[in-house]
Amino acid sequence: MSFYSKKVMDHFMNPRNVGYIDHPDGVGQVGNPICGDMMTFYIKVHNNRIIDVKFQTFGCAAAIAVSSMASEMVLGKTLDEVQKLTNEDVAQALDGLPKNKIHCSNLGANALHKAIQNYKLKMKNKKEI
Amino acid sequence: MKKRYFDNQSSSKLDNIVLDEMLPFFCNNYGVPQSIHSFGIVVKKAVEKARYNVAKLFNAYPDEIIFTSCGTEANNLAIKGIVELSRNPIKHIIVSSIEHISILQTLKLLIQQGVQVTFLPVNKYGSIDRTALKNSILDNTILISIQYANPEIGTIQNIKELVSIVREQSNNNIIFHTDAVSACGKVKINVKDLDVDMLTVSSSVIHGPKGAAALYIRRGVKLSQQIHGGIQEFGQRAGTENVPAIVGFGKACEIARTEFKINNAKIIALRDKMLVGITKKIDYISLNGPVIKNRLCSNINLSVKFVEGESLVLLLDALGIIVSSGSACSSYNLKGSHVLKAIKVDRMLQQGTIIFNLSKFNTMADIRSVLIELPKCVSKLRKISSLHLNVSKGIDNNINN
Repeated sequence: MSFYSKKVMDHFMNPRNVGYIDHPDGVGQVGNPICGDMMTFYIKVHNNRIIDVKFQTFGCAAAIAVSSMASEMVLGKTLDEVQKLTNEDVAQALDGLPKNKIHCSNLGANALHKAIQNYKLKMKNKKEI
Repeated sequence: MKKRYFDNQSSSKLDNIVLDEMLPFFCNNYGVPQSIHSFGIVVKKAVEKARYNVAKLFNAYPDEIIFTSCGTEANNLAIKGIVELSRNPIKHIIVSSIEHISILQTLKLLIQQGVQVTFLPVNKYGSIDRTALKNSILDNTILISIQYANPEIGTIQNIKELVSIVREQSNNNIIFHTDAVSACGKVKINVKDLDVDMLTVSSSVIHGPKGAAALYIRRGVKLSQQIHGGIQEFGQRAGTENVPAIVGFGKACEIARTEFKINNAKIIALRDKMLVGITKKIDYISLNGPVIKNRLCSNINLSVKFVEGESLVLLLDALGIIVSSGSACSSYNLKGSHVLKAIKVDRMLQQGTIIFNLSKFNTMADIRSVLIELPKCVSKLRKISSLHLNVSKGIDNNINN
């Protein structure tokens, strides 16, 4: 009896990996508070794998569930694997999202891609120094 | 789980006394008022009694009441009914910018058909600017429709004064309609004193059933028919009457009238206690709309900073507390509340609104439950929200309070 799937409600009510990482290897942010959704992902990388991930999200139930599910899906994965992850994959893992939420709230994969970009940029800068 | 219901402007609990009044009209008295046989007579009597009770709630004559299926239909009839009969080649209508969607969408259609419409701005409390109303009246203005009370932010317009401005400014040809769905039962309404020509009321927000509403049409005001067919409702609205709903609506109006004082006093006491408690227990919170003593007695509209309204609605729902929100994310079209936009609430704070609309069925236990659970839910969401963390770290998010 819900507007959302059971999985969405579970991840919304009990979100995994909430918080932030002190001295993260990469940070990725998408959305803005005026639109209603803003997600920030923090990652820790070791041997090209995501060894820790945390998120903070201002947004609707869908946005929070997407963030939580995306964080679970990438933990322990290689950066290449994470870069192949799409927003649709995350929505599917949640047993789907309502039509009107597909575009605005389903940005978890994008935020993680940005975090990886941010990590790679940092690595590149380190090498140059 | 005990449910604590605070969404009474969307729909309200059917009063058991109303249900008892309705029940005989399903399986026993299932005639229609038009029939001349005994089944028809019984039902006609019941519908006329309901008409009397609806009329009496706001001091109208029973023959000035047309039953419709819902407030939206009554509003459609009021506007299209006047526009279609007007002989003015270019018709002009004035409405407020915080009307119900049934008014706004109807006007959207009429604009496409060449009707001119002025949307009056409101101030931060949702009130109409009197000078703006005065100045917007044109020679070809045929209709003014201004909502009596707003269900989201609880603004009550001074309809009597607005009507008098219109009457002073023009000849008496301008029809004044007010959508009083949210005001009904909460504000003492006297159509003769207000001097309005039309007024919409609905059953489902005053503990009556869904499926019945009414348009008050002052004697002498003519409207074109919107639903064609038989002679029901004085020939103004064809179609088989929803007799059980109309009977229930009549009873609900009777109860709203007789219990007016006691119910409103109770609702105000609970509402005020809740607001004081919430503002004590939660920081970064602001009241949208008029100050508490000037607003609809049942209404609270709060912006909770750093959280999004839909999330809050769903967390509270899981705990049995039923509220609504004006956030974009909580609406199916994701557009957000036109009312919050009209009163210029900061765009981020629009996202964090929750709306309580109390009823006579709320109790002190309901309020206590809100005061325990709401702070927990807000705190949970703020822990997830990056915006709040930044504030606790002293980072400015560029948010205006």
